[in-house]
Amino acid sequence: MSVIVILIIVSVLVAGGFLLAFLWSVKTGQMDDDYTPSIRILFEDEIKDLKKEKI
Amino acid sequence: MLQETCYHCGLKCATAIQIKEKYFCCDGCKMVYSLLDENGLCQYYDLSAMPGVTAKGRFIADKFNYLDNAAIQEQLIQFKLGDQVHITFYLPQIHCVSCVWLLENLSKINPGIIHSQTHFEKKEIKIIYNPTLISLKELVQLLSFVGYEPVIHLGGNDWLKKKKVNKKQLYKIGIAGFCFSNIMMLSFPEYLSNDALELGSLRHFFIYINLLLSLPVLLYSASGFFISAYTGLRQKWLNIDAPIALAIAVTFSRSVYEIVSQTGAGYLDSMSGIVFFMLVGRWFQDKSYDSFAFDRDYNSFFPLGVTILKEGKEVNKPLSDLLKSEIVLIRSDEMIPADSTLLTDGALIDYSFVTGENAPIAVAVGQLVYAGGIQKGRAIQLEVVKPVGQSYITELWNSPILKTEKNVEKSFVHPWSQYFTIVLLTIAIMTGSYWSVNDPHKILPAVTAVLIVACPCSLLLTVTFTYGNVLRWLGGRKLYCKNAAVIEAIHKIDTIVFDKTGTLTNHDDTHLEYRGANLTYQEMIAVKSVTRESLHPLSKMITQFLMLQVADITSFQKIENFIGKGTKATCGNFEIVIGSVYFLKSMGILPDQEVEGSVVCLAINGIFKGVFKINHTYREGMQKMILQLNNKGYHLHLLSGDHPTEKENLLKLLGSSIPMLFEQSPEDKLHYIQALQIKGHRVMMVGDGLNDAGALQKSNVGVAVTDQTHLFTPASDAILEGSEIYLFSDLIDYAKKAKLIIILIFILSIIYNIIGMYFATSARLSPMVAAILMPISSISIVALSALLSFAFSSKIRA
Repeated sequence: MSVIVILIIVSVLVAGGFLLAFLWSVKTGQMDDDYTPSIRILFEDEIKDLKKEKI
Repeated sequence: MLQETCYHCGLKCATAIQIKEKYFCCDGCKMVYSLLDENGLCQYYDLSAMPGVTAKGRFIADKFNYLDNAAIQEQLIQFKLGDQVHITFYLPQIHCVSCVWLLENLSKINPGIIHSQTHFEKKEIKIIYNPTLISLKELVQLLSFVGYEPVIHLGGNDWLKKKKVNKKQLYKIGIAGFCFSNIMMLSFPEYLSNDALELGSLRHFFIYINLLLSLPVLLYSASGFFISAYTGLRQKWLNIDAPIALAIAVTFSRSVYEIVSQTGAGYLDSMSGIVFFMLVGRWFQDKSYDSFAFDRDYNSFFPLGVTILKEGKEVNKPLSDLLKSEIVLIRSDEMIPADSTLLTDGALIDYSFVTGENAPIAVAVGQLVYAGGIQKGRAIQLEVVKPVGQSYITELWNSPILKTEKNVEKSFVHPWSQYFTIVLLTIAIMTGSYWSVNDPHKILPAVTAVLIVACPCSLLLTVTFTYGNVLRWLGGRKLYCKNAAVIEAIHKIDTIVFDKTGTLTNHDDTHLEYRGANLTYQEMIAVKSVTRESLHPLSKMITQFLMLQVADITSFQKIENFIGKGTKATCGNFEIVIGSVYFLKSMGILPDQEVEGSVVCLAINGIFKGVFKINHTYREGMQKMILQLNNKGYHLHLLSGDHPTEKENLLKLLGSSIPMLFEQSPEDKLHYIQALQIKGHRVMMVGDGLNDAGALQKSNVGVAVTDQTHLFTPASDAILEGSEIYLFSDLIDYAKKAKLIIILIFILSIIYNIIGMYFATSARLSPMVAAILMPISSISIVALSALLSFAFSSKIRA
């Protein structure tokens, strides 16, 4: 039963890792714009350009 | 004949230009399409229908010459290193997916552009370009050409004033949320264990991890409350953060005591949970509308550069370097940057933004023209009389009346929190005395439990979430408030002052009125034939006006156009002289009526006939809205910078109970508001343009009305889009409902408090009870706030 001590410490550390990732993403400005990325999803990839080059 | 719609911008084509199977309304739109087609960028048209901005058929290349000036470039560029320059522009035309797509693919049109990234909500674009391949001027020209002309003005660009505070808020919320959820999880063994499950020494492990996790919450996330409470106390003022800070401190201390003395597990989960919810509430309330600027001063109104004539050659220089007696060249649609004397002919100045006068005014050579006016005719030359900072309009900003800080009213919540604290302390003292008599052991647990449960956190949650919701609902109907304090200020308003031009009327919507001797059918045909030949915007309006009355035209024998002044023509039996009143006077024809403001005078065969007056139409629903406000008991006033020609109309529309004053200068308006405030009224000013800037600043709540949100809006507390002004009465009502919602929710949360108090005063508040009560009350407050905000919004919902 005391193995739960290790389990909890590890899981808190893993969760802490995610917290650090969140803090890092805020720091590098990923949370500054929460709307435009949703628009960018609609763009098509560069496939069209390749097609045009072939012509 | 079926009218085609332009493939690029969606306007109906008067004369369609066709390529393959696509129609365009003008050369401009067609050229943009061609450019995109050549570069393989036609996905622009696939992402949204008709996404283009109307090119208006012309493109002025000289407009951006001032960008070649190195000093000006310094002001705009954010960062420069080798062959990379970073710059940010405000592009108000961004409105759809295609805009974002095109702007982020600019590098395909010009390889000098290395990278471009847009921010949709702020309507900004950040560009990295190579100055050796493309100059700043060429970059701006390209942007303008595809329809996204950047707004560049004197005020130093707003990117300097970005808010970094938001990041700190998010850090605090992240940490509080992490710690709160983990503490909650790790507390379950404590709550759910009956002695069947032997925890033994493990119990200590869980408890100490909780203690460890609660430290960042106390020391970092909750620090804002402590600092604010301390600052308030130093000014001898109990704000809402004081009891909150007290509650957090007491909860933590008692928990530490219980843990260390091994008498209990503490209330760390409730403490971290409530900190988390309150921080989220504050973040929710801080909704800001980043693409609007509420704090503009006149600097944002003026352009960055100006063209001067030096020894006959055109030179561009920064506006800040403009000196007296320099000769300035102002082209069509450009703004006059400083008070100057007119040197050349053809000036037709639109002062609507500055004085509120309806239509462009013809100015004679040698007369003074004022900064802030926009030239509507062809290019003119001016000699600067006063430096930019000392023009008539900018001096208003230096008025001492505006120096006093705007009424920083304490939130209505604060007096409530004072009562709250007093009641709380009373209950705590009573509890303490009761137990000191009956069972002294229970004093400390009971008293601290009281302080834990009765946290005014629920009041803060209620307030922040309700204001956040109300702000968003109002924003949905295009009334954008600067912050939550504005909603409270609106609540206290008892007087509303309206401007006329641009506020009650629509800048773009005009109709013509003729006053004078009746014209015969033949005469009207003749006049129409003449005005039809002129390219002047006023002539076009007259043509359209007459088109409704007569369909025929005749040819004329002779026509002489005097640009900027008028036209003289002979048409059949009639000699027609039409133009400004100065023009007619110079021909020897004197008017037989009062000629005020901007009108077009008409004389036939040497006899003055009448005037065509240009009127802006009143906005739809305006009359109803004003009457609604009147019925609700507000004192209403109308202040206009225009001539009193509209007085009769207004009296008919609005009744005679509303005081109306005309020809008000910006200072007059400012003093009027001040006088009302001295009498004890709380005034809301509704206006647009520079002529209302002083009044908007002085009033308790300043609402700037605009039709194009990217145009200059003077410093205000809220921005309202003109199309929604018919709802204004309902919008104000809704803002006032915020207080009602807060009171209702708070009454409900008191019920939770009473239940909790029962446990607390009887010293039976176990951590589990606290841990259950806290999230239930918090979540129910948030849900109720959203529900009531929605329910009360029925009148303003689309």
